[in-house]
Amino acid sequence: MNLLRSFVRRTPLGWLQLSKEKSRLLVALSGVAFADILMLMQLGFQGALFESGVQMPKSLNADIIITGSEIINFNNADTFPRGRLYQALDVPGVEQASPLYLSLTRWKHPITLEKGTVLLLGLDPNLEQLTRPDVKAQLDKIRLPDRILFDQNMRGDFDAVIAKIQQGTVPTTEINERQVRLNGLISVGSSFASDGLLLASDQTFLRLFPDRASTKVNLGLLQLAPGANADQVARRLDSYLPDDVQVFTRQQFVEFEYGYWKNNTAIGFIFTLGVAMGFVVGVIIVYQVLATDVNSHLEEYATFRAMGYGHQFLLGIVLEEAVILAVVGFLPSLGIAVGLYHLTRGATSLPVFMTLARAGGFWWRRW
Amino acid sequence: MQSEPAIQIQRLNHSFGKSNLKKQVLFDVNLDIFAGEIVLMTGPSGSGKTTLLTLVGSLRSAQEGSLKILGQELCGARTRTLDRARRNNGYIFQAHNLHSSLTALQNVMMGLEVHPHYSKAQMRDRASAMLAQVGLEERIHYFPDDLSGGQKQRVAIARALVSHPKLVLADEPTAALDSKSGRNVVELMQRLAKEQGCTILMVTHDNRILDIADRIVHMEDGYLAPQAVLASRR
Ligand SMILES: Nc1ncnc2c1ncn2[C@@H]1O[C@H](COP(=O)(O)OP(=O)(O)O)[C@@H](O)[C@H]1O
Ligand SMILES: [Mg+2]
Repeated sequence: MNLLRSFVRRTPLGWLQLSKEKSRLLVALSGVAFADILMLMQLGFQGALFESGVQMPKSLNADIIITGSEIINFNNADTFPRGRLYQALDVPGVEQASPLYLSLTRWKHPITLEKGTVLLLGLDPNLEQLTRPDVKAQLDKIRLPDRILFDQNMRGDFDAVIAKIQQGTVPTTEINERQVRLNGLISVGSSFASDGLLLASDQTFLRLFPDRASTKVNLGLLQLAPGANADQVARRLDSYLPDDVQVFTRQQFVEFEYGYWKNNTAIGFIFTLGVAMGFVVGVIIVYQVLATDVNSHLEEYATFRAMGYGHQFLLGIVLEEAVILAVVGFLPSLGIAVGLYHLTRGATSLPVFMTLARAGGFWWRRW
Repeated sequence: MQSEPAIQIQRLNHSFGKSNLKKQVLFDVNLDIFAGEIVLMTGPSGSGKTTLLTLVGSLRSAQEGSLKILGQELCGARTRTLDRARRNNGYIFQAHNLHSSLTALQNVMMGLEVHPHYSKAQMRDRASAMLAQVGLEERIHYFPDDLSGGQKQRVAIARALVSHPKLVLADEPTAALDSKSGRNVVELMQRLAKEQGCTILMVTHDNRILDIADRIVHMEDGYLAPQAVLASRR
């Protein structure tokens, strides 16, 4: 109440000082907005790094995931013997276990023949191994050999390819010197590891990689009996299965993937550094603006002191200015960053989105 | 006159700098000023007038001797005490020192905002009334840049007097003004001071305004010369 009263009677000196010099204010705000945009872009890239990394792990239709013990990340999931999956079925609570094959592989653009890197997933078309609706609806299209679902959000210019698929004239291309047919469209998008996703049946996958034995699988997807506790079952599996596999709950697997992109890649660090640099630039700009402003009002401030205003009062003016610059500079930068995110999305097919947390200043959160 | 002087200065010494570079600028200054008196201080440049005025106005802390303002000892006082003591004074500088981002009205209101008991509406009313008293009722929403030198100094006076301070301290308030506006400004101060019953200590070089004083004191090389009683001259 008292605070409100003193707020109402207080002359908003910081605001009045800033707004008196319109052009200086504009320059200051652009500076702050610039630093904010710099930071938001870096955060956007970083967010895309994480999101693109975890979007496939998130869409695995499994309560527990088994991987080879040497797994680096989802895209480089080391293989393990398929027999481990049958063993896993021994553990109470495990109802179903199915293998998933995957490989980062080179392929050729069906029309321009440009080479690219894609993640090829081989799944069992009789099971719903992925929760993605676009995949679930089109499993029939990959039952026949050498049929593939093509990621229409793949990085690169695939408009003609997409148009062909939509018209039903099935384009063909080569993977590992074998012809495949692009039979349907899914929408996943690129990541920092691949241009996009190609989806085939496990049979097709093994035909494309003849040197891979079907007994070597990349991921095991386990589904639990209703009511089973995933953490408990995971612990039991961990002690029951040999050391050549690792056991994750779905949540743990997603966290593992986040951790990889955040801590184990150079690019995760680079974005963090970029954010820090943007912050420093912002600090320098704001400091410069405030210092100039204080300097040009020294006499007035001395007069206020002579009138009996304390040191706090002067600090309050500077603080008020800082808050105004921060808030008013942030709002346009938010708009501009959203625009730039849109452009980046178009150019890279990466999931660069403004999150509520980031817009609200909680950049370290994932919501 | 009254028993307790508004300003009571005894054996006041003041120095700037430390050790080798120490330079004493005030020597054994004694001065009593009673409530309601208008006292002018003259003296050559560099003699220590501003130094004495800033000590009286609590703008710097007194080092040696005794300095009692409105009954409160300020020698050796703490920063907070000094901050508070300043609120009882109206200080007018050689330059007007108005805040260029504030209108005349807002500048004068700043003289009240430092006292927590005024509401916003009271501050506005009093400040506009004060500006009317200094003849600027037409200009209350002007920024300092749009006012003449004399008008600015009148705003500064309004700001200093709006809270009805017991003590008004002025350091060459007419120095930047032509003789006519200088005269106006000083007469204005005199009139308002008489109305409000406040005490004025004013430093001036301006011979044309000496007649408004009840008393004139003279500073020379840090020594305050014997006090000439001028009231009889009037
Ligand atoms: N802040 C200061 N630091 C050091 N010396 C000062 C300071 N202020 C004033 N002086 C010195 O004190 C003496 C008196 O100055 P001042 O009180 O301003 O004189 P006046 O107002 O009579 O012209 C001068 O010699 C001046 O150089
Ligand atoms: Mg002086």
